[in-house]
Amino acid sequence: MDSVYGSSLHSDEKISDKKNLMENKNVTKPDFSGKKVEINRTIINNDIRSVVSQSKKMYAETEFVSGKWTDEINVRDFIQRNYTPYDGDSSFLASPTEATVKLWEKCCDLFKKERENGGVLDMDTKIVSTITSHGAGYIDKDLEKIVGLQTDAPLKRSLQPFGGIRMAEGACNSYGYEVDPEVKEIFTKYRKTHNQGVFDAYTPEMRKARHAAILTGLPDAYGRGRIIGDYRRIALYGIDRLILDKQEQHASLDGEMTPEKIQLKEEIAEQINALREMIELGKIYGLDISKPARNAKEAVQWLYFGYLSAVKEQNGAAMSIGRTSTFLDIFIERDLREGIITEVEAQELIDQFIMKLRLVKFARTPEYNSLFSGDPTWVTESIGGMGIDGRHMVTKNSFRYLHTLENLGTAPEPNMTVLWSTRLPHNFKQYAAHISITTSSIQYENDDLMRATHGDDYAIACCVSSMVVGKEMQFFGARANLAKCLLYAINGGVDERLKEQVGPKYRPITSEYLDFDEVMSKYDDMMEWLAGLYVNTLNVIHYMHDKYCYERSQMALHDRDVKRYFATGIAGLSVVADSLSAIKYAKVKTIRDENGIVVDYEVEGDYPKYGNNDDRVDSLAVNLVKTFMSKIRKHYTYRNSIPTMSILTITSNVVYGKKTGNTPDGRKSGVPLAPGANPMHGRDSNGAAASLASVSKLPFGDAQDGISNTFSIIPNALGKDEVFMGDLAINLDCGCCEGSC
Amino acid sequence: MAEEIIGNIHSIESCGTVDGPGIRFVVFLQGCPMRCLYCHNPDTWATYSNKKMSVAEILSQYDGVKEFVKNGGLTVTGGEPLMQTDFVTELFKEAKEKGIHTALDTSGVLFNPANTDKIDLLLKYTDLVMLDIKHIDDIEHKKLTGHSNKNILEFAKYVSDKGISMWIRHVVVPEITYNEKYLTELGEFIKTLKTVKALDVLPYHDMAKSKYKELGLRYELSDTPPLTKEQALEARGYILNGIRK
Repeated sequence: MDSVYGSSLHSDEKISDKKNLMENKNVTKPDFSGKKVEINRTIINNDIRSVVSQSKKMYAETEFVSGKWTDEINVRDFIQRNYTPYDGDSSFLASPTEATVKLWEKCCDLFKKERENGGVLDMDTKIVSTITSHGAGYIDKDLEKIVGLQTDAPLKRSLQPFGGIRMAEGACNSYGYEVDPEVKEIFTKYRKTHNQGVFDAYTPEMRKARHAAILTGLPDAYGRGRIIGDYRRIALYGIDRLILDKQEQHASLDGEMTPEKIQLKEEIAEQINALREMIELGKIYGLDISKPARNAKEAVQWLYFGYLSAVKEQNGAAMSIGRTSTFLDIFIERDLREGIITEVEAQELIDQFIMKLRLVKFARTPEYNSLFSGDPTWVTESIGGMGIDGRHMVTKNSFRYLHTLENLGTAPEPNMTVLWSTRLPHNFKQYAAHISITTSSIQYENDDLMRATHGDDYAIACCVSSMVVGKEMQFFGARANLAKCLLYAINGGVDERLKEQVGPKYRPITSEYLDFDEVMSKYDDMMEWLAGLYVNTLNVIHYMHDKYCYERSQMALHDRDVKRYFATGIAGLSVVADSLSAIKYAKVKTIRDENGIVVDYEVEGDYPKYGNNDDRVDSLAVNLVKTFMSKIRKHYTYRNSIPTMSILTITSNVVYGKKTGNTPDGRKSGVPLAPGANPMHGRDSNGAAASLASVSKLPFGDAQDGISNTFSIIPNALGKDEVFMGDLAINLDCGCCEGSC
Repeated sequence: MAEEIIGNIHSIESCGTVDGPGIRFVVFLQGCPMRCLYCHNPDTWATYSNKKMSVAEILSQYDGVKEFVKNGGLTVTGGEPLMQTDFVTELFKEAKEKGIHTALDTSGVLFNPANTDKIDLLLKYTDLVMLDIKHIDDIEHKKLTGHSNKNILEFAKYVSDKGISMWIRHVVVPEITYNEKYLTELGEFIKTLKTVKALDVLPYHDMAKSKYKELGLRYELSDTPPLTKEQALEARGYILNGIRK
């Protein structure tokens, strides 16, 4: 985990190199709104040693335990040396302050107006969103402890055309707005977008596969997201120090100029620009974030400015915040200890911070919203988990974050995610369970599983993608539709809905009844083709995203050498497993149209269905995951990223199902595929644990980007109200039911 | 070696959360001699079942999900499990060898104080008896279920005397058991038992109506409204009053 490059500043030579490299200039940058923004670059002139020694002096005064983190950018080290595990219960928690309540009422009014207004309250159609594009915006300035909005007014959606001008236009048009003609002209004539870049390089085959939806939801017209900046760095180090570190990194890339090195060098220069703009953003709100945060309030604020910069620049499919609660707890604990704040004030900071995260919105098209069931921002916050030294990482602030669901009421964002370990403290488990019961707003993920791969400073991007904060990122890759791929195998690459040749013209199956071995052999060939096409399509997409829509503010909060995951995904796992099982254990008759294309199937007899802990079919699902992943691994992946796979369509399975014809398991055309690794709806007949047992067999090593199994349960089926069961325990002195019975 | 005993199974719920402590693997057995008016599983009445499983098959399924139920255990319910006492005994015996917590959910109606050999053997392997007392008053019990409650109450004492943990379950039905006198009497009876760990008050609901329709059976309580939560709380209070008397 200690692969941080150039974060220690002990070499005088390096320092002078950097000084030569970065000249002090005031540059101007157009922001497409007619204004000119002055970017202050005076920082470069600062003596580096003085910045470092200044910050060290500050740390000495903070009473934090020093360590590696004082000499290098290393937030994890800071956390491990300074956090206070909390084993107590929730009784310390405070109610919202009057200011919080008033602010939230205003927000709720705005949400209501937004709904009444057809989905958006207001849109910016003229000013292209950058970190410094807008003046200060407030909900109610006097009440806000934590400040900063995406634009100059709450819920006014920003204009982000770098992903694609047509997407930006579409988003505006669908709500009755018109993008300023000048902006449109700039992004059509003068400034290429990610979307244009991708389509310039797509092959005809890629376009067809996209059109037929065997590759679906690709981030070729919208921001890929799934990158988490280590926003904590700003609070801990201040921007000046981060810029110095980045300058060091930039200087370290001299010598032979390979394309890779040139690309990275340019990117780091962009990152430095973004960091400078972040200082400007602070100034817009009258705050100086160039120096480390001096107290809890500043820590929350500095961190939030980092996140705000990211969402001002990127309309990503998932803009997760990371793992911030235990980090911030260190500042809060210290302030509480020194009597600088009270618990009420601590909760107020967290409540208002979370409130800001709830206000994050993007301009998106109705098609986008139908793919993702709404317009989620996936502001995922990862809470709890275990440290690799065996201490749990639950702090009082873990409770405070969950408590916002009580203080502000329930909300889907930020996506509160508990990194669950069997070894989490009992009181925290109890509280999380309580909040789950009362708000249904917590997501749980298996820390015991992920910690083995990612250590104890990873966070979840989007819903399940785990990555070490500031050290790993991913190229989001949407999904390949394996159900459709099976139909292509049967029909020799002809799409069953479009009746067009989309895949390679392999020999189709001609028999009336499907033969398992024949189908498997053809399916293997078709998957081979699909995996290659899929990886190459993603290579194009991510090349262009880096080129035209680079996440400079988020990557500024990463190490130089990040580990990149190439996150592929599959849809239709259970449909394929059941189809193969039907072909193997029952008889499946093909029904053909006038051109001999198989358009429907008749299943004769019963067959084992995935989701019942039956190895006969579960093994088919396991093999499918292994096989497709091994085919993905055969190909070059952009920037030598590490290929991973996910099985986690949580909402888009509905859209994918619409575009997939009848399948050999008896599923009808248009019927939704099961989400993620779920069994098909209604086919798991032995209860949830058997269903989960089937899912549990899927190899995490071949689906490292996550496996999801969503199921909803009526509250009563989850157990009894304590009122009606087991409470004799209290009256008759028997202790808790469990264990004593 | 004795011939393998086969159970008549109605269904299996691998993630049961309402039939005993923790998350449990619940086996619903087919067949019941009672005809309780409010029964919500009339499909388990008939003794014949297409689903026949051996003890080994059930425990192998249990093994497949044991990670999920390791803090709970195995519950056998029905139907009336004591209609297949030999099978349940064998199942529990094997389960105990594997260290699995066993719970028997029964009405106790088949208990015969004069011949306890078989039940003694079963109880040897039973960690928890969940006894569903349908009605404390014998005459009312007959009206409700078609059987006397004499042996059921005897069974409760018998289990208690053996020192086996017990949960008492009681369905509260408007106009039938939702009655202060009866509920208090039930509490007084529970007080005489030594091993009761919990009281499970089950408010009557009418969600089984559709099942009756499917089976072509008449639903006798079609005019009886479901018990509200407030009423259930009140009922629980009456039972507790009886226990505290």
